Amino acid sequence: MITELEITPEILARHNVTDEEYQRIVQVLGRQPNLTELGIFSVMWSEHCSYKSSKVHLKRLPTTGARVLQGPGENAGIIDIGGDYAIAFKIESHNHPSFIEPYQGAATGVGGILRDIFTMGARPIAAMNSLRFGPLEQVKNRSIMDGVVAGIAGYGNCFGVPTIGGEVVFEESYSGNPLVNAFALGIFKKDQIFYGKATGVGNPVIYVGSKTGRDGIHGATMASAEFDEESESKRPNVQVGDPFLEKLLLEACLEAMKTGAIVGIQDMGAAGLTCSTCEMGGRAGTGIEIDLKYVPQRESGMTPYEIMLSESQERMLLVAEKGREEEVFQVFRKWEIDAVTVGRVTADGLLRVKDHGVVVAQIPNAALTDEAPVYQRPLRQPVVVSATPRPAKSSPPKLACGAVLRKFLSSPNLASKEWVYQQYDHMVRTNTVQLPGGDAAVIRIKGTEKALAMSLDGNGRYCRQDPRRGAQIAVAECCRNLVCVGALPLAATNCLNFGNPQKPEIMWQFSEVIDGMAEACRMFETPVTGGNVSLYNETLGEGICPTPVIGIVGLIEPIRHTTGSWFTGDGQVVALLGPLTASSNEYQVTLEQAFSDIEPEVNGPGDAYTLWANRLHCPPLDLRQERRVQRACLEGIQSGLIRAAHDCSDGGLAVALAEMSFSSFHSMRQGARINLTAAEFPAGVLFGEYQSRILVTLDEAHWAALEKIATEQEVELLRLGSTGGERLTIQDGGSVLIDEAVAELESIWKHSLGQYFQR
Amino acid sequence: MKFGVLIFPGSNCEHDAYHMVSKVLHLPVEFIWHQSKDLKGCDAIVVPGGFSYGDYLRTGAIAQFSPVMEAVRKFAANGGLVIGICNGFQILLESGLLPGAMLRNKGLKYVCRHVHVRVESAETPFTGSARAASVLQIPIGHMEGNYFVDDVTLRQLEENRQVVFRYCTPNGQITDEANPNGSLANIAGICNAERNVLGMMPHPERASEAVLGCDDGLVVFQSMVHSLEPLAAHR
Repeated sequence: MITELEITPEILARHNVTDEEYQRIVQVLGRQPNLTELGIFSVMWSEHCSYKSSKVHLKRLPTTGARVLQGPGENAGIIDIGGDYAIAFKIESHNHPSFIEPYQGAATGVGGILRDIFTMGARPIAAMNSLRFGPLEQVKNRSIMDGVVAGIAGYGNCFGVPTIGGEVVFEESYSGNPLVNAFALGIFKKDQIFYGKATGVGNPVIYVGSKTGRDGIHGATMASAEFDEESESKRPNVQVGDPFLEKLLLEACLEAMKTGAIVGIQDMGAAGLTCSTCEMGGRAGTGIEIDLKYVPQRESGMTPYEIMLSESQERMLLVAEKGREEEVFQVFRKWEIDAVTVGRVTADGLLRVKDHGVVVAQIPNAALTDEAPVYQRPLRQPVVVSATPRPAKSSPPKLACGAVLRKFLSSPNLASKEWVYQQYDHMVRTNTVQLPGGDAAVIRIKGTEKALAMSLDGNGRYCRQDPRRGAQIAVAECCRNLVCVGALPLAATNCLNFGNPQKPEIMWQFSEVIDGMAEACRMFETPVTGGNVSLYNETLGEGICPTPVIGIVGLIEPIRHTTGSWFTGDGQVVALLGPLTASSNEYQVTLEQAFSDIEPEVNGPGDAYTLWANRLHCPPLDLRQERRVQRACLEGIQSGLIRAAHDCSDGGLAVALAEMSFSSFHSMRQGARINLTAAEFPAGVLFGEYQSRILVTLDEAHWAALEKIATEQEVELLRLGSTGGERLTIQDGGSVLIDEAVAELESIWKHSLGQYFQR
Repeated sequence: MKFGVLIFPGSNCEHDAYHMVSKVLHLPVEFIWHQSKDLKGCDAIVVPGGFSYGDYLRTGAIAQFSPVMEAVRKFAANGGLVIGICNGFQILLESGLLPGAMLRNKGLKYVCRHVHVRVESAETPFTGSARAASVLQIPIGHMEGNYFVDDVTLRQLEENRQVVFRYCTPNGQITDEANPNGSLANIAGICNAERNVLGMMPHPERASEAVLGCDDGLVVFQSMVHSLEPLAAHR
């Protein structure tokens, strides 16, 4: 064993290893570690790889169900979708790298999640992403967003996976800390699943893919620390992606799997060679011995420390059946990709790293994986920064609702995200049944009568007010989106973006979010099959809004039940499933106050919607009622009654009605005449973001049948009006609240996001 | 009658073309690896979209040197039908099978959306089943679709009616607004003087089934089948 320099407190600090953790390392090894071993421990015990702060809470999430073939712990979760098929899907964050180098940070985020999918044997057939940036008025935020979107496009388009949906949100707290959460989904036959297990003592360990370079060393540790003014000097820690090589790697891996010679396989993501070796050994209870002299290297003179910690992209580690290596090599030669045996599986449970025969690191795999430290960090409920109560005005503000609607539709948070998704190839693989812009993305599964729907949802501003209910709303809204396109929600993946876990207030938010998410996922029967935790999302001590992002996949069967969120013709009945408002005095008060506050902004240049929304309290949610509404909607669709369905959430009823009236690839522009009882505060009814509401359209002839379903499900069904004409008109009895040309509203909605980038 | 779909390292629309021929047209189809020196007796060749060799140098610039392209050149010279879609079009340009070059889109961004194209010539094996001047809705997805060629060649293309598709408005007007990438004379697709080699930026295979919301692109492949039928019957 090579002994290197003395481990000093400075070296420990640079590795984010605490004194207690260091003592534990010494105890595990029975000696002092050398620098390479310390490096290995530091990345494996980093927050990013070990989940040491979040693990105790994540256990409270439901993770099992009849359809779950693989829950958390593997590269991705796997769900049975019936017939011969299964799907693998997962979401992962790449927040820190995307702030430092937006294009490559986002691109490699996409690359990483795609590898997580095809390492299991599944061919990626869909990608989505959830993005959060600071306000676009600031040039820095525009440049980050421009780079992130281009990076996602650059990687996904070249790789050949359609990027079919997601969300883009703008809020001040993401200015110094954008969120880039990438989701991917793949499909395979149930008997073609591969796992990241190094089984079979004596089997060769094979390295395939890109050569190892000095890029990305300590990326996982970087992702486990807050940002300061010097963070941008960490740019060398960000990896560079090569989507072309990844595409070759995909084809080669899937082809090599068909030989039957592969026993286990795992991608080299965060912590590269270190993570893939010890995790594959850890899962199988075996040891792995490698010699670094065999590792393909991009440059000479790399130390064992650098080779083990490099995060060079587009690399995989696989274990093959002894004696059948040549079958595997042949496939990789065809695709002109490096593939070399670097070691073998052993029985001793150790990760043994040699360099030209000399042992440079020797650590029990279990110590790096299952037995990594777990912390029960202190929790403290923060003092809620709720809007200062003000004396109620004698009457609620009287706003011109048409002007408010126009203003709201121009907000980057509500406007069409066309500028973003047109940069993504969303049609490659010819499965995209519903194009981006609807409630959820829909792809067909060739050769079957099935389609998959998927959606990503999060709401940092609700979670900041009430993390538990905010998380419930994220799950509820995600399921609602799926139901609106005609899908039954099946299972979930989550990406939990939070601040510094060493702050008890942040950890309290985390704990609350887990509880809220667990309750909601149980209610909607959508177990969480995996995901990712991203902590330390802080810059200069300022944390982001707690932002759990949930991704849920649903099944449409048969495919003809696929439903759009756009009016499909004139003379249709427009109705609301669910309550028009909710009886929450607290929410009502913040609504009135928020409108008073933005009154001067309605005709100004600013983003009045975001200003307004940030002043709202988290709306009330009744999970049982939500489930009933969703069941009624799905039944209405499956019975062939509902022609269009649209989730009514951000920007409330008026914005949802406007969106339904706009033209899309799937439908023509279409006005509507709506009549409702808005009481004394129309703006509240029109724009309030009450939950558990779905707008639907149907033929008059089907009204009675839908009413019957609603009655059975004990859900309110309110007739609002009918489609027709070229204007969106909303009346309260005799008084007109909104009367706008749809074409004009659509033009505002369609172009305002892109205009920020023409400046 | 058999179709061949080429695969270069980095092709990514090869499965889409394969699916279209086998599952929509119900015809035999075979993949042809870029190292192959023959075309396996295929009657028509599809050069599919994607990012051959990552398009890191210039779109299609490296793929033109693949062994299979020599076979494609001979096949085309003998009158065989070759259709290049998107990156396939770019490869045909680089190979010299079609004139001109691609510049980056005028908006400098990748653009993926449905566009309308007008059939400028129904007198090709790729448009024989379409009505002249009819408008097709077909999606595009590219970063370099801004077609460019010198004035003399453009005049020749126009005189020989080699411009097969032009970007247009939904009712068939050729306008700047209808041009998604700045291409010269709104050109979306051209054929060679012999009319047996077509290159087009829009993806007809992405608009070949009602379930995808549009099947306007199917006419391109049906035309190819019709033009090959007499040949197949003759065999």
